[in-house]
Amino acid sequence: MSTDRYEMVVGLEVHVQLKTKSKAFCGCSADFGAAPNVNTCPICLALPGALPVLNEKAVELASRAALALGCTLNKVSVFARKNYFYPDLPKGYQISQFDQPLASNGKLRIETSKGEKTIGITRVHMEEDAGKSLHDRYPGETAIDLNRSGVPLIEIVSEPDMRSSEEAGAYLRTLRQILHYLRVSDVSMEEGSLRVDANVSARPVGQKELGTKTEVKNMNSFSGVERALDYEFARQCALLDRGEKVSQQTLLWDANKGEARVSRSKEGSHDYRYFPEPDLLPLVLAESWINEITASIPELPADRKKRVADEYKISSDEIEQLTVTPELADYFESTARQSGDPKASANWVMGEVQAALNASGLSIDELRVRPADLAQLIKLVRDGLVSHAAGKKVFASMLETGKPAAQVAHDESLLQVGDDSALAGWIDEVIAEHPEEAKRYISGEKKLQGVLVGFVMRKSGGKADPKRVNQLLMSRADGG
Amino acid sequence: MNASDFASLSAVALAARIGAADVTATDAVDASFERARSVGAGEDSLNLMLWSDRDLALRDAAGLEAGIAKAGKGGRLAGVPIAVKDNIATLGLPTTCASKILAGYVSPYEATAIVRLREQGAIVVGKTNMDEFAMGSSTENSAYGPARNPHDVRRVTGGSSGGSAAAVASGVVPIALGSETGGSVRQPAAFCGVVGVKPTYGRISRHGLVAFASSLDQIGPLARNVDDAALAMEIMSGEDPFDSTSSSQPVGAYRDQFMSIATNPAPLSGMKIGVPEEFFPENLDPGIRTLCERSVDALKSLGAKVIDVKLPHTPLAIPVYYIIAPAEASSNLARFDGVRYGLRSEEAKSLRDLYAITRSKGFGPEVTRRILLGTYVLSAGYYDAYYRKAQMVRALITRDFGAVFGDGVDALFTPTTPTTAFPIGGITDPYEMYLSDIFTVTANLAGVPAMSMPIGRVAGLPVGGQIIAPHFGEAAMFRVAYALEASLGPEAHQ
Repeated sequence: MSTDRYEMVVGLEVHVQLKTKSKAFCGCSADFGAAPNVNTCPICLALPGALPVLNEKAVELASRAALALGCTLNKVSVFARKNYFYPDLPKGYQISQFDQPLASNGKLRIETSKGEKTIGITRVHMEEDAGKSLHDRYPGETAIDLNRSGVPLIEIVSEPDMRSSEEAGAYLRTLRQILHYLRVSDVSMEEGSLRVDANVSARPVGQKELGTKTEVKNMNSFSGVERALDYEFARQCALLDRGEKVSQQTLLWDANKGEARVSRSKEGSHDYRYFPEPDLLPLVLAESWINEITASIPELPADRKKRVADEYKISSDEIEQLTVTPELADYFESTARQSGDPKASANWVMGEVQAALNASGLSIDELRVRPADLAQLIKLVRDGLVSHAAGKKVFASMLETGKPAAQVAHDESLLQVGDDSALAGWIDEVIAEHPEEAKRYISGEKKLQGVLVGFVMRKSGGKADPKRVNQLLMSRADGG
Repeated sequence: MNASDFASLSAVALAARIGAADVTATDAVDASFERARSVGAGEDSLNLMLWSDRDLALRDAAGLEAGIAKAGKGGRLAGVPIAVKDNIATLGLPTTCASKILAGYVSPYEATAIVRLREQGAIVVGKTNMDEFAMGSSTENSAYGPARNPHDVRRVTGGSSGGSAAAVASGVVPIALGSETGGSVRQPAAFCGVVGVKPTYGRISRHGLVAFASSLDQIGPLARNVDDAALAMEIMSGEDPFDSTSSSQPVGAYRDQFMSIATNPAPLSGMKIGVPEEFFPENLDPGIRTLCERSVDALKSLGAKVIDVKLPHTPLAIPVYYIIAPAEASSNLARFDGVRYGLRSEEAKSLRDLYAITRSKGFGPEVTRRILLGTYVLSAGYYDAYYRKAQMVRALITRDFGAVFGDGVDALFTPTTPTTAFPIGGITDPYEMYLSDIFTVTANLAGVPAMSMPIGRVAGLPVGGQIIAPHFGEAAMFRVAYALEASLGPEAHQ
């Protein structure tokens, strides 16, 4: 295959919407999903005379992200205007940062099938989002929704350090997990709160000099990014094989067709005429403020995995699953601490809890069964008061009713009966109903014990404590 | 109160009489409209007012009177009619910047400066003519035709705040608001024989001022005397959460010194006033030179020590200004795209056409010229040679002022303009027109406060003297102006 002779070089630009209540430069709500143009004001509509005022919360979230990505926060950064005309860009320029970004020189450790690797992060800068052009709402016309206009973004620019689509995928998943842990963004590609543009080039293996790159846009999932990179790399390799040149251009990924097409807009010829934004003062960060933000960074995924492994002694597969999101990890840890049983907690969270989330579409914070409730259920099962099978029924009821485990088990008669006189009654009945098996068992045929326990369990409606039934049966065999 | 009584009253005196229920706000508004009619403020005569609404102003007056009846007082500008340059957002009246591209546009919010004036009882009677988007020095670049100078209707008012200067000069209002980017308050104030103030950059909020060049723009008052201008400054100044470039520096009490100056025979003793030689070139109008020398003598007799100073980078101010201001303008005016408000081309068949046709039809020739100029100097490959270099020279100009003021100079005195008001249509070369701002642009580039006040006449036309002070040195600037005004006496105005 021709691609074997070439090496893929990838750098990624990731735009992330910050999870602030209000927009970057005005007080409008930054919420997603409102009716068109509801969340607007003179500032984000770019009415004559309106001026931007920087949202400090956006600076805080952006700084937290930059610090967590190992960047140096620049004590002075400068907002700049990126000038271009587009109907959903009301001011005719985007407030961004250009030659003096918020932060620079970070790095991200990723893990692939080939081991660990560090990817350099060139810079993290702040900017505002544009509105949306809706082309399918009115036939032949374009509608503009400016709710998103002015929502705060950060752009995270990587070095061209990735050498395969797998590395690009690992970078994106690691990055998303970190941003999720930081709680600075919803990081959802579907809702557009995380967007990826990829710069990709091919060069003969062993060559130092970089090849001509193209920019691939419009991917709507991480696997789409991986597929688009492989597609574009193969296309470039084929060109180079034929002795042709790669031309610097922008391509749009079509996920349905699995191909990238050259964008009609002449991206390469844009001159954005950047200059410092005169309506905003340079952003000056005090040392003490930077220290505060640094202190506010929560435990990040790598540290958390390590700690969870040390603290709960569960398998590395389980750790990966349980720490996918900070919310899930919090849920697990809280359950494990309150139940004192990490192994059972892990099983319940990965099993019943995950299934309930998948079935309902709820977020874990919305689940009616809270960690304390689940811990109680785990204790009931461990103490033999509820059988494992009945436990699942109890959990299902708890999800529906929100009642505590003990109450559900009681109300639905799912508590195990460990009372010897009741158990003896059921055993007597079973012996009477199955005299042949009972006789053989009592006379020493031990393998029939399971069959008899099963009869007792059925007679009890699942409530008999199987451990005690076993003990009682054995005492009869011994006694007989 | 008849219209001519009204035209002779200062804002301070008028507010006092209305506050004392001697006259009503309704009387004042009526008198203002009557005066506008009698002097010919409309388009067929002075053409100083673009939009006004008598009923709206009378409703505001009635509201104010009800407030006075209830609270017993009406604010420091109770019932005082004011006119507002058409690039400052007001409720109820259009805000068009004298441009076709904003024809019919009414702002849904009001500028902070207007809110503060209204809180003190001011009543907005109209929006004044101006050079389109404040780009010009004569108010000839208005989509609605040139304003005319009340002192000689064949001559320009100056600009770009020409309508506001003419409204004050003709007695239609005692105070009007203008805006400055490179002299647009001071130059028309000089041409029309009124007081005009360009505050320190950041002193008055720009929120609601339609941006021309954001790093230079400031709102400023025009008035018939120093005290009214100082009062308007006190009211409008101060930090505003809607403008990040507004300053948190405390606002001085500019008027408190007025009485002590009036009773003091040497009110400027202890002050050092610099006269920069670059502002007195050989080709300066000899009549203006003579009047400036008379003012300098007056300053000396008021106790000031007058010394010669140098601002060596002054000759570079015009080229620097005409790089920075158009650069910012090219970006600031991008929002006028026909998409959300204002003019929209109906014949456009494509997005490109929508922009091209709307903007070609909506903007006049001077605005188009500056957008092209600004786009050019920001372009890749030219940015360093023009914009970046201009910013470096701007820093040198600022440093010139810093050196002089750091040397113990309290204020500078210069002519405001190199000539008196020129004939309408008399200057056709854009560069020659730009040179009429030669004495005013440096203050905008450096961000320092400056004002123009009448110092006499040449051939019947008013001449302005300029006082420039250090950053946030408005109090010292007004001190000099109060003293000079009293010393020159009323003939300086006539």
